[in-house]
Amino acid sequence: MPKDGAPDVLTTRLEDFVNWARANSLWPYPFGTSCCGIEMMATLSADYDLARFGAEVVRFSPRQSDMMIIAGTITEKMGPVLKTLYEQMHDPKWVIAMGACSSSGGIFDTYSVMQGADEVIPVDIYIPGCPPSPEGVIHGVMRLQEKIRKNKAMLT
Amino acid sequence: MNENTGLQSPSRKKDAFDDDENQDIFESSQMLINIGPQHPATHGTLRVACRLNGEVVVDSRCELGYLHRGMEKLGEVKTYHKFIPYTDRLNYCSALQNNVAYVTTIEKLMGIEIPPRNIYIRTMVCEMARIIDHIICVGINAFDLGAMTYFLLGFHQREEAYTLIESLCGSRLTTSYTRIGGLSGDLPDNFLPRMKKWLDGVETCFKELDKLLTNNRIWVDRTQGVGVFTAEQALAYSMTGPCLRASNVNIDLRRDRPYLAYKELEFDVPVAKGGDVYDRYLVRMAEIFESVRILRQIVDKMPKGPIWADDKRVRIPEKERVYNSMESLIHHFKFFMEGFDVPEGEAYCPMEGPNGEMGFYAISRGGPKAYRLRIRAPSFFMFQPVDEMIKGENIADVIAVIGSVNIIAGELDR
Amino acid sequence: MIDFPKEKIDRIKARYGDSIEEVVTEKTDVPIFFVRKDKLLDFMGSIRTEEGLEYNFLSDVTAYDDNPPANIPDYGLGSLKAGGGSHRFCMVYQLFSLKFLDRIRVKVRVKEEEQVPSLTVLWKAANWLEREVFDLYGIPFKDHPNLRRIMLDDRWVGHPQRKDYPIKKYQRFPGSATLEHLGLEELDSNGQSQSGRTGHALANSDLNVKQEGK
Repeated sequence: MPKDGAPDVLTTRLEDFVNWARANSLWPYPFGTSCCGIEMMATLSADYDLARFGAEVVRFSPRQSDMMIIAGTITEKMGPVLKTLYEQMHDPKWVIAMGACSSSGGIFDTYSVMQGADEVIPVDIYIPGCPPSPEGVIHGVMRLQEKIRKNKAMLT
Repeated sequence: MNENTGLQSPSRKKDAFDDDENQDIFESSQMLINIGPQHPATHGTLRVACRLNGEVVVDSRCELGYLHRGMEKLGEVKTYHKFIPYTDRLNYCSALQNNVAYVTTIEKLMGIEIPPRNIYIRTMVCEMARIIDHIICVGINAFDLGAMTYFLLGFHQREEAYTLIESLCGSRLTTSYTRIGGLSGDLPDNFLPRMKKWLDGVETCFKELDKLLTNNRIWVDRTQGVGVFTAEQALAYSMTGPCLRASNVNIDLRRDRPYLAYKELEFDVPVAKGGDVYDRYLVRMAEIFESVRILRQIVDKMPKGPIWADDKRVRIPEKERVYNSMESLIHHFKFFMEGFDVPEGEAYCPMEGPNGEMGFYAISRGGPKAYRLRIRAPSFFMFQPVDEMIKGENIADVIAVIGSVNIIAGELDR
Repeated sequence: MIDFPKEKIDRIKARYGDSIEEVVTEKTDVPIFFVRKDKLLDFMGSIRTEEGLEYNFLSDVTAYDDNPPANIPDYGLGSLKAGGGSHRFCMVYQLFSLKFLDRIRVKVRVKEEEQVPSLTVLWKAANWLEREVFDLYGIPFKDHPNLRRIMLDDRWVGHPQRKDYPIKKYQRFPGSATLEHLGLEELDSNGQSQSGRTGHALANSDLNVKQEGK
């Protein structure tokens, strides 16, 4: 290995391997608050199986999962809860904001709604739709998988 | 630690450990835990903070407001038509029912009569919404307690229903199907035969699912005698819908104050006597079969004719004319941008939704926007007595109770 | 107004004449009875059990801002005609009779900062409904067992459903509401609350604290 830690043949293959493993074994953490939660349930159930993409193990605990899917409106009362749960997740972690409400507040531009989950936590993928159809959710998860495969920061 | 409690905590059910002399060691170490606002077993965002003595709930507080989106204030800011998509997001498991309830209120304010075909289509759509809402409620209740098959098979029937609904109005979940004085579109050509096929599928599937759970030893043991609520308690908390009928109170607005096409249809209203989680499950299963029966009658009796009311205040111009004629284009533009004038008055139109009495109370003082729009959401009344229902139960039963009461966070908090 | 027997209205007017200020049967779908605030509890209590009336099911409790102040935000195409009168709010109670299957509406005119008697002794459902009215309108209720905010955070200032609260006025708070304010906190050895929070939201509403330009 070069002395300055620059990637070499061995480490790039390892990086690719680890990224491939992470992308194909995402453990989703469904943070369903409102209507998008029902479409997320439809995605996770038999007709549009998300388990085909490796996201089989749905864990409802932040300590045991790595991909948080925020499905639904985040209100100001819920924001601190979301932040606490995000901080409890271990690295590496990714966040998908599913639907219009968690991307940007959606149709609810009112006093008590956070205009997007990214008011409190960093989001990787935004899936538009109100609610997005399950095909849209699967597309979002696949884009996240592409993003993970391009991840170069594994060894730092 | 609160050291002032004696041996007996108030209103706790007697169980085998009460006579244990070492009870006081455990009394003073009561644990405070939070169920929600994010928990796999909650239907959306609600919170039940419990004080536990071992596994038994001694005291609890229910809290809501985690999905308060200001819909009632939006009702004053948006015109009557612009509010229709917001009504889908109330009880999002049965969005069509909310659409129908809202436009019926506004039509009552304006004094509009809708033609028979429209009435029948709206009744059909309400009953479809009832079936799919009950599938979710019982499915998730069973899923929480470990019985996953009901959820997976039931959701397949929901997907078939979504295909039908998508051919009707373009969207699976948040439909915005009704318009004031009409509907967004008529039934597609082969809708009724496909509906018949779906009904056959639902009946077969639910006869099978009935065999899975109704006499299942584990299900019965986990749900019978849990969360018992008597008729007096239910009426004091203004509960409505299947939960009230499971507590031996025979009220159903479809039969007692008929609206839409229910006067001409034959159906029974299932009532159970026990008031526990098992009875609520039985009432919901029976209601699914009754809804299938109502839908078969509607499919046979569907009248032909127009779907729009003959009222030029609310008639939205047809798309072909909007694209080809200048006057229609301007009419269309002004209709949706400025709204139409609704006369002064007020109306409250409750309907028997899948969850209970769902109603909109609208006060109009002229103009295109409501002065006050109040949403009477059944889940709000259903969540309040949960504190009383779970006192003295084990923590595992709390999940069963919350699931059986079918709280939809969208309409709980509005 | 649609199908409500006139004899019943006359009977209610005759029996409860001193409690009722006004009866409205125009431009509404059920008869509306404006009841005096101090006679509300007696009226509701007796109309619940009176033979032939028996309005024993409380469908809904809500309120509306009848006479908002002059400088309210206008969202265009306004329909903000005030009702007229010296009161600010109007409480609305929707009652249903399980025996005779009909509905009436009872309204109470309330001035700003006046207390309304609470109906929790008659119907337990009124508990949370009145909390919601308090939270969104700021109408306090007398003898309510637990008058706190229900939909919004405890620290919220203002009452959003009032006509003079702009819809997009956001308020954000750092940490989530703790368990203490739910009355389920750990007490110290003297039985005192450790946080010092009373959990009573009257302390937080703008009836008692000065609004600091929020």
